[in-house]
Amino acid sequence: MKTLWSKTYHWINERVELDGLVEFMGKKYVPVNSHSIWYYFGGVSLFLFIIQVVTGILLLLYYKGGEALAFESIQFIMSKVQFGWLIRSIHSWTANLFILTALIHMFSVYFGKAYRKPREITWVTGMLMFFLAMGFGFSGYLLPWNELAFFATKVGTDIAGAVPVVGKPMMVFLRGGEEVTGATLSRFIGFHVAVLPGLFTVLLGIHLLLVQRQGMSEPLSYEEESPKERKTMPFFPNFLLRDMLLWLIVLNLLAILAVFFPWELGKKADLFASAPAGIKPEWYFLFMFQTLKYIPGKVFVFDGEVLGIMTFGLGGLLWLLVPFWDRKSSRGERNRFINYIGLFIVLYIIILTIVGWIL
Amino acid sequence: MAESTEPMDTQENRRDFLKYFLGGGLIAWLAAILYPMMAYLKPPKQAEVEVTSVKAGKVGAVEKDSGTIVRFGNKPVILLRNAAGEFRAFSATCTHLDCTVQYRKDMGLIWCACHNGRYDLNGRNVAGPPPRPLDEYRVVIQGEDILISKKA
Repeated sequence: MKTLWSKTYHWINERVELDGLVEFMGKKYVPVNSHSIWYYFGGVSLFLFIIQVVTGILLLLYYKGGEALAFESIQFIMSKVQFGWLIRSIHSWTANLFILTALIHMFSVYFGKAYRKPREITWVTGMLMFFLAMGFGFSGYLLPWNELAFFATKVGTDIAGAVPVVGKPMMVFLRGGEEVTGATLSRFIGFHVAVLPGLFTVLLGIHLLLVQRQGMSEPLSYEEESPKERKTMPFFPNFLLRDMLLWLIVLNLLAILAVFFPWELGKKADLFASAPAGIKPEWYFLFMFQTLKYIPGKVFVFDGEVLGIMTFGLGGLLWLLVPFWDRKSSRGERNRFINYIGLFIVLYIIILTIVGWIL
Repeated sequence: MAESTEPMDTQENRRDFLKYFLGGGLIAWLAAILYPMMAYLKPPKQAEVEVTSVKAGKVGAVEKDSGTIVRFGNKPVILLRNAAGEFRAFSATCTHLDCTVQYRKDMGLIWCACHNGRYDLNGRNVAGPPPRPLDEYRVVIQGEDILISKKA
């Protein structure tokens, strides 16, 4: 066994020089400080993404697109296919946990100012992946073709349509026509299983490569300490084993959620039924949804919804570009202003999500 | 001096010519690839039968103080009957974000579940985010039949 292993290694090493990579991995250290816990959320998000790829491929083997088939095929997966209920439930739960861990990862990076020079590209690729994750959530939500999904898609694409100038063509592009129909479903399947995974994988590759090359960022306060006082742990195997342990815990949590709180399918979409009372988007869209409820139809001369959408769009853009306008952190100075903004946003999201959940 | 600038000029002219020729060619080449792709993404217009009126059932089958969604071509229309027995019809598509509205007996209003938009029984937006009233349709009673048609 041992010789087979070393023979294989030798065979590959002769051709692609693995030694350099192994040496690099052996010399890689992860900083240990009171904020180290946050380093794990990126890894957990990665793990959840891998689960999504695997369960997504499995679902795709039975899923059928189209107005007349989509809902029924999910029913078939959940009731006839062995462990189909489990695979689908895990895919739905993982989608939600993924958004949650990615959010935690994002805010921990934000408050730690880990986006500062030289890690701007890591931040930007991460943010783009987060936007794609929301696209994954939005497009995947429609695929079971149920009542909630139908109206969520109507509202979501209508919001895109309210954007001045480019909105209308974008809405038609997303819907595959003027209205949400089977044509929309076909497009969303394409986005969900081909376009988004392709883009995401490229960004993920860049993101991980940069993290490996540049190492973990440390909070500004730790950079001031003398190198002797700064503690580290080897990435391999210490950090990796901790990572693996956490992944195992997350997998168990997922199994519990999927088994004891199976994801519902709901009622099949009816194009000629009223939106049901209590309709809500997924929780990660809830704070925006709730905000739209409060904005009146007209604010001065502006359409209320257009104003809301433009504000969120602008906010998202500023958030994406934070490494480029927070010059202070890049110079290694403290910037409390950034913390206040972040705190405001976190509180805003939490409060409006709770309000939206209750009301 | 004059001798040396002339060949330089010709050279530059030749270079400019090549630059524009190749650059223009590249742009044309890109356009030839991108145009069909963009055109492909634009969904074709489906030939729709223009519906001008639909039969929405019998007068006796619709309860007083109720609202039902009726198919009008590929659009939903809400048919209301008030307590006095009069009929009215409006587009059932909320003017806010495209959800389908419903009649709420308890409120005596047309209500949209998505963002809590409210319209009175004349289709006027009275509360919540809707920016415009609902479009009204004409209801004609022919004997026992309810006919809904577009307002001219």
